[in-house]
Amino acid sequence: MSTKQTTKSTFWALLSGLICWSCQPHNDLNSAQHDELLVFCSEGSPDSFNPQLVSSGTSYDATAHTIYNQLVTYTPGTTEIAPALAESWQISEDGTRYRFKLRENVPFHGNETFTPTRSLNADDVIFSFNRQRLSEHPYHSISGGRYPYFYSQGLDQLIIDINKVNEHQVEFVLSRPESPFLAILATPFASILSEEYAEILQTLQHPEWIDSKPIGTGPFRLKRYEPDSHIRYEAFQDYFAGPPKIRDLVYSITPDAAMRFARFSAGECDIMSNPLPVHLRIARQNQLNILEIPGLNVAYWAFNVEKPPFHDVKVRQALSMAINREAILKAVYDRQAQIATSPIPPTSWAYNKQVTRVRYNTQQAKQLLAEAGYENGFTIDIWAMPIQRAYNPNARKMAEMMQQDLEKIGVKVRIVSYEWGTFLARVAQGLHHSVLLGWNADNGDPSNFLNPLLSCASARSGNNYAQWCHPEFDRLILNASQSSDIEQRKEYYQQAQALFKEQAPWLTIAHANKSLLTQPRVKGLVISPVGNVEFDKVYLEDGASTESEAVN
Amino acid sequence: MTLSNTKLAWQVFRRNKSAMTGSLILLIIVLMSLVGPWFAPHDPAQQFSDKILTPPLWYDNGEFLTPLGTDDLGRDMLSRLLHGARLSLKLTIMVVFAAAFIGILIGAAAAFLNSGLRTLLMRFMDLLLSLPSLLLAIAIVAIIGPGLPNAVYAVVIVLIPQFVKVTQGAISEELGKDYVMATRLDGAGHTRLLLHHVWPNIIPALIVQLTFSFSTALLDIAALGFLGLGAQPPIAEWGTMLSEARAFIQFAPWTMTLPGLAIFLTVLSINLVGDGLRDAFDPRLNR
Amino acid sequence: MFRLLIKHGTTLFVSLFGLTLLTFVLSQQGDEALHAYQSSSFIGQYFEYLQLLFAGDWGFSSIHNRPVLSDFLLHFPATIELVLLALLFAIIFGLTLGIMAANRRGKWLDNTLMGITLAGYSMPIYWWGMLLVLLFSLTLGWTPVAGRIDYIYDIQPVTRFMLIDSLISHSQYGMDAFFNALLHLVLPAITLSTIPMAIIARMTRSSLLGVLKAEYIRTARSKGLSQQRIVWVHALRNALIPILTISGVQISIIMSGVIITEYIFAWPGVGKWLLEAVSRRDFASIQAGILALSLLVIAFNLALDLLASYMNPRLRRPS
Repeated sequence: MSTKQTTKSTFWALLSGLICWSCQPHNDLNSAQHDELLVFCSEGSPDSFNPQLVSSGTSYDATAHTIYNQLVTYTPGTTEIAPALAESWQISEDGTRYRFKLRENVPFHGNETFTPTRSLNADDVIFSFNRQRLSEHPYHSISGGRYPYFYSQGLDQLIIDINKVNEHQVEFVLSRPESPFLAILATPFASILSEEYAEILQTLQHPEWIDSKPIGTGPFRLKRYEPDSHIRYEAFQDYFAGPPKIRDLVYSITPDAAMRFARFSAGECDIMSNPLPVHLRIARQNQLNILEIPGLNVAYWAFNVEKPPFHDVKVRQALSMAINREAILKAVYDRQAQIATSPIPPTSWAYNKQVTRVRYNTQQAKQLLAEAGYENGFTIDIWAMPIQRAYNPNARKMAEMMQQDLEKIGVKVRIVSYEWGTFLARVAQGLHHSVLLGWNADNGDPSNFLNPLLSCASARSGNNYAQWCHPEFDRLILNASQSSDIEQRKEYYQQAQALFKEQAPWLTIAHANKSLLTQPRVKGLVISPVGNVEFDKVYLEDGASTESEAVN
Repeated sequence: MTLSNTKLAWQVFRRNKSAMTGSLILLIIVLMSLVGPWFAPHDPAQQFSDKILTPPLWYDNGEFLTPLGTDDLGRDMLSRLLHGARLSLKLTIMVVFAAAFIGILIGAAAAFLNSGLRTLLMRFMDLLLSLPSLLLAIAIVAIIGPGLPNAVYAVVIVLIPQFVKVTQGAISEELGKDYVMATRLDGAGHTRLLLHHVWPNIIPALIVQLTFSFSTALLDIAALGFLGLGAQPPIAEWGTMLSEARAFIQFAPWTMTLPGLAIFLTVLSINLVGDGLRDAFDPRLNR
Repeated sequence: MFRLLIKHGTTLFVSLFGLTLLTFVLSQQGDEALHAYQSSSFIGQYFEYLQLLFAGDWGFSSIHNRPVLSDFLLHFPATIELVLLALLFAIIFGLTLGIMAANRRGKWLDNTLMGITLAGYSMPIYWWGMLLVLLFSLTLGWTPVAGRIDYIYDIQPVTRFMLIDSLISHSQYGMDAFFNALLHLVLPAITLSTIPMAIIARMTRSSLLGVLKAEYIRTARSKGLSQQRIVWVHALRNALIPILTISGVQISIIMSGVIITEYIFAWPGVGKWLLEAVSRRDFASIQAGILALSLLVIAFNLALDLLASYMNPRLRRPS
């Protein structure tokens, strides 16, 4: 009898204990830690902790501005180039030699296998670039030996040599003048790694640790990585620009947008990346903080011009006309975007204002199709990217709307989708018919839109998913990137845009705003137009009567 | 199963209040799935872009034209639910009858196999039964690819072993009985024995199994849709609708509660009927 | 005893053969071959596959760049933790409800409890989980929405069982981390335990009612023992045997449920990992995940069979 009662009472005691414990807030004991911990709910696991090896935004977000620095950077919130690891630089008259003076006394992180004995010098810069550039470099083939950004931008052709002028000066020698070069050096792939660490790892017979146990100069040091769960960073107290204000930074890996928003609403995330438009609408209704800027991106519908009927320019124009982009903007973006008339967003200096927008006109579209000999219509595949990105929050929904639009002109649509990795791989092989994709620029230069997406080189191997190679267009964008005269460049780009419009290899759909949701306690956060989130200036301010603030 | 047996079972069933309630709910759901699509106010795929996430009528800002609200594309929930009901019930019936047909054939064949082969076959069925059904369905979908037809095949395969077991067990039990021995002595062949003597006596067991298979099939098809392995959007399927609603559970709960409620009520009513049938056919369990 | 061994031997043999054949077919899907086999025939390759499995080489995921077995083991503790707690819930609450219902047979409480368990048994848990999140996490704010522990606790992964690891870091956070981890487990465990709990409650009730009719109970009652004592001490022990024998079905239901539960709560376990592998068409991971989970279920069933025949002498001599 007594044992029974003991068991019973223990059971109820445990149960009620748990229930009561759960109803009261438990932040008191750990409020000190809570004040210094920022949780960023991110979209995915990084593919690597070395941004040189990858091309995904999630990997860049997790590395380029937390663990690493680049030679130059953007002034926060703009596309202007500012000094970072390089204090200053000089460009030769002919535009082919860039000499950088490195900042002195920039310390590297340490970890359990490595304690740095020296600060940043020219060797680190040369190592970081030569690893990507030279196939005979001892580190070139470590971790797969693929450097997607470096090669897709043709930097192996562009950079002929990198010289050590002295301990704190390096010189890049280019094969031709390339005006966007500084903007390129501000991108994640140009992160500077430690050459001393690389040497030590070689003696330890573990060179691959350089990419999995990263050492950089950035504001945060990698503390722990749990695949598919979270990344934990801690502040690097010796950071050259002063220690960050938060002590711990956690990237909570939450690929599912619904789950991310639920966690944000419940206060489990301080910052939510890539909210869906419907989340923004709800956030606005409930007076949550939204950080929003016009993004340097484009969402497009690319026609694979190698597959009939898309080889016919009239078909491409007709299909473009048949799509009601106003409705898409409303339903898919919830107006958090603007209709794209050109691949380059209007905020760019190279944007061609003369190019007119394709008008939604079902009648004219039908007529054009008839002229092209397709009065009875046909069936096409639309490949809709399976994940949400800032530039396209829901390609699936977009495809469904386009399906309805195209039915009106007698074109039947099959919507095709795969898992993201598979999807990209198959699209890169050109297996698609037409595809809904987009591009997030990683530097502020117009060449960053046109060259990787529409050049002939990128049609062969790269991101030109229309497989569109137009010699005249190619010549224009090549000239533009070699000229150092900005007016001259502008002229080339405007011509290129007009040509693009006429040939219609894509229907440009939208330039989406870049947005984040933040809790009221998060202060000092700035998003750059290229989409980087930088945490070194962020601080947390609790208590400051969040309610009244939100109402204001 | 003689006439008097059926009558007896019906009398027992009719007195079972919960079973009758279940039958009533099920009847309503079936009727709705039959005639509902004609009464549905809108096309389930039509998007009212100015009515995105309109709440149902009982909210302050509900609208009369969309009595159960709209989803995030401005599609009418009521119309989608009604079309979803037809789709779900149609698929469930197809799946269960296909599985039953194949399962009964295998089970009947197994009952007459030699004991070594039968043991092997039944052990294999045991294996399939012991494996988690969703795991098996995922394995099958992984091989043949996601999508509604493939999810349906997977659920059929998952359901077959139960019918094999029930059929084989019931036939073996009947074959051991005296009257069968007597018929055998009269010179009746396998087929005749099976059709005229054994079959009528195993029907009750099969009907009960069939009923419970309906609820399993409905739940599994919806589960695969929910996990993104079954019906793909924009198909108005209950599980897929649930999955799409996950983004807004806090702010548009009706997009999540309604399809879930539809699944739950259907499964619950089927299970009530199943319980009633089992009690009715098996007087030993009679309460 | 010998016949018993043969019976379990064939079961095991057929199971393993069927299972490895299935996963072998799975491993043959996709663009890249899992292993470079020497043999060109299907049967030859199958035997090579078996050899590799025994040697512990379960394949290599080209997507994660890791051996799949280590990936599986990385996610496995989270799943086990969830499953064990759900089982505990199911057993405790299932037995309690079943006994309560049997005690009040035919009364209001019995009918209510049976109604509840039927509802639980018919519950689409993917909906149920979301309802719980809506109520307890988003509306009341009592429980977290997802994850295994708050990030304020930086727990060193030692065993990868969060409850244990949080106790190991006791010196740093006291019991707070442990309770926090427990709180994160509550909703997923309730979701997962719902169906097995309903089944256990119904089985307990009907099996208890059957036992209570038996001769020896009547004898006990005539001796003047209280109803409570009869139920708890005499009847329950015998009523538990049929409940034990359906545990095999339970584990299979739980394994199906854990995949869905992990998906709803973004629980970083094997189920979520497997689903991601399916959507990425990562067949190396799929075949390893299915093989490992199935082996687990088979081993559990085998152990259960042996236990049942040990406990019940009649089963030791199969007819």
